[in-house]
Amino acid sequence: MADLARTRERRELRTRWLLLTPALIILFIAASGPLLITLIYSFLTPGDYGGVQWKFSTDAWFNVVFQRDIFDDTLGFADAHLSIFWRSVKLSLMTTVGAVILGFPTAYFIATRPANRRDFWMLLIMIPFWTNLLIRTFAVMELIRNEGTINTVLMALGIIDEPIQMLFTEFAIMVGMLYVYLPLMVLPLYASMERLDFSLVEAGYDLYATRLAVLRRIILPLVKPGLIAGSILVFVPSLGAYVTPRVMGGGKQLMLGNLIELQFGQGRNWPLGAALSITLLAIVMVALIFYVKSAGKEEVGHG
Amino acid sequence: MASSSGFDVRRQFGFTTIALACFVMLYLPVVLLVVYSFNAGTSVAIWEGFSLRWYRSAWENVQVQEATVRSLVLAFWASLISTSVAVMAALATTRTRPFKGYSAIFAMINQPLMVPEIVTAVALLIVFAAVKVWTGYTGLGYLVLAHSAFCIPFAYLPIRARLQGMDLSLEQAASDLYARPWQVFRRITLPQLWPGILAGAMLAFVISLDDVVITEFVKSAGQDTLPTYMLGQLRRVVTPEVNAISTVLLAISVTMVIAFFFVSRMRK
Repeated sequence: MADLARTRERRELRTRWLLLTPALIILFIAASGPLLITLIYSFLTPGDYGGVQWKFSTDAWFNVVFQRDIFDDTLGFADAHLSIFWRSVKLSLMTTVGAVILGFPTAYFIATRPANRRDFWMLLIMIPFWTNLLIRTFAVMELIRNEGTINTVLMALGIIDEPIQMLFTEFAIMVGMLYVYLPLMVLPLYASMERLDFSLVEAGYDLYATRLAVLRRIILPLVKPGLIAGSILVFVPSLGAYVTPRVMGGGKQLMLGNLIELQFGQGRNWPLGAALSITLLAIVMVALIFYVKSAGKEEVGHG
Repeated sequence: MASSSGFDVRRQFGFTTIALACFVMLYLPVVLLVVYSFNAGTSVAIWEGFSLRWYRSAWENVQVQEATVRSLVLAFWASLISTSVAVMAALATTRTRPFKGYSAIFAMINQPLMVPEIVTAVALLIVFAAVKVWTGYTGLGYLVLAHSAFCIPFAYLPIRARLQGMDLSLEQAASDLYARPWQVFRRITLPQLWPGILAGAMLAFVISLDDVVITEFVKSAGQDTLPTYMLGQLRRVVTPEVNAISTVLLAISVTMVIAFFFVSRMRK
């Protein structure tokens, strides 16, 4: 009997791996494997016309943060890179804060609708999320360009004489990212608010708490896991954004994603590009580990 | 008595206003985009009357035609491949006792959801550039492979959810009646799993159809899909033709998403 059980177990194991193999091969060739090669490339020497020479070098990693002055060979910080790093972090944080300010009331609104209507409101949040990111960015661009809807209307009303330059600014990138990533904030926030026990809120009011006190002392602590989840879900893609800063920043206001691309185009420094993209990946992984830890603690039930 | 009749414990000041403003904000730009695709004039902000001229000009644009066909072919293969392998992977990872290496496999399947797209795009550029030089092959295969890979988690997750909610007793009964494993799968599992597979395939199709970043880095010369073609157009003077193309793409995505919403809700 024990033998029979063991044969069956072995057969099950073999079936399982047979079933998994095709998916894992595709993922290895076109997802995990290339990441390892990117790591290797970051330790090579750039080729003259793009590509690499197979010579070990740590220059790329050094150049992520530092640079040598071309005239007197002194060491300094790579200001251009650091300012792009800073802009990426700053705009991602601002986007996250903006998403909390807009997303929190929206999720709360949906969670306090009658149970049979909530799905409808959530569908309204989901539809933009699943539609093309480029098209949504493009829609915002048409709204805020110099000859776009907002400026046209304002000028027609005689409020302004000259169009306000909004496109190709940091503000435009932030608005664009806020617009495309807002649903990612509403989703987890709604998931934790839906299970909010309103008898606790009622108890608060019975004890003469004001609306603000109830919000701060009762609702906020209870939906904190959703708030953290939403913040990370917005922050991570903002930090790695490529399309939105390219369209809304017009190549003038670069973010990390655009800086990486630049190294594979005009920059012709593939190892530096590889090092920068591994850096971005590392930051994102830290944020995600933080997310998994905080979600695991509170058992946020979504996904 | 502390509570008065008009007091609503759920209310918070200004929340409803912000929420409604949010919904308007989410939809207004897209609605305007669609409206101006029907503009008779060349502006995307000044209305000059209704016309279908931009749809006609998009329809007659050879580049748009080619990009559309390429996008659809690519999305078809990517969703077919990713859904097939995702069904197998989901069968292997659900309804068993937790096994060694499960979390590693789960992380690998979901990697495309976690790694920023630009990082994957650059990594694929590095690898495929070398492969293109070695083999001389520059066809659509690279894009099919790349799209299949990042579509896998989108196909896998709904299928896995469906499998987890499924009753094992029917399959057990079939086995007890000496059905072969393949017969059990074909006659019992597959019919129950079908809505999950359909949902996964539709999601994969939409995700592939909408991809910009990875396509932009992997494609060889002259392999534009609709989104990368549009990205290229944005550098020039924008006419409502781009709006018309966007509207068509939007219509496809929205239809698929709503269909997905209902399919994934189908009775088990």
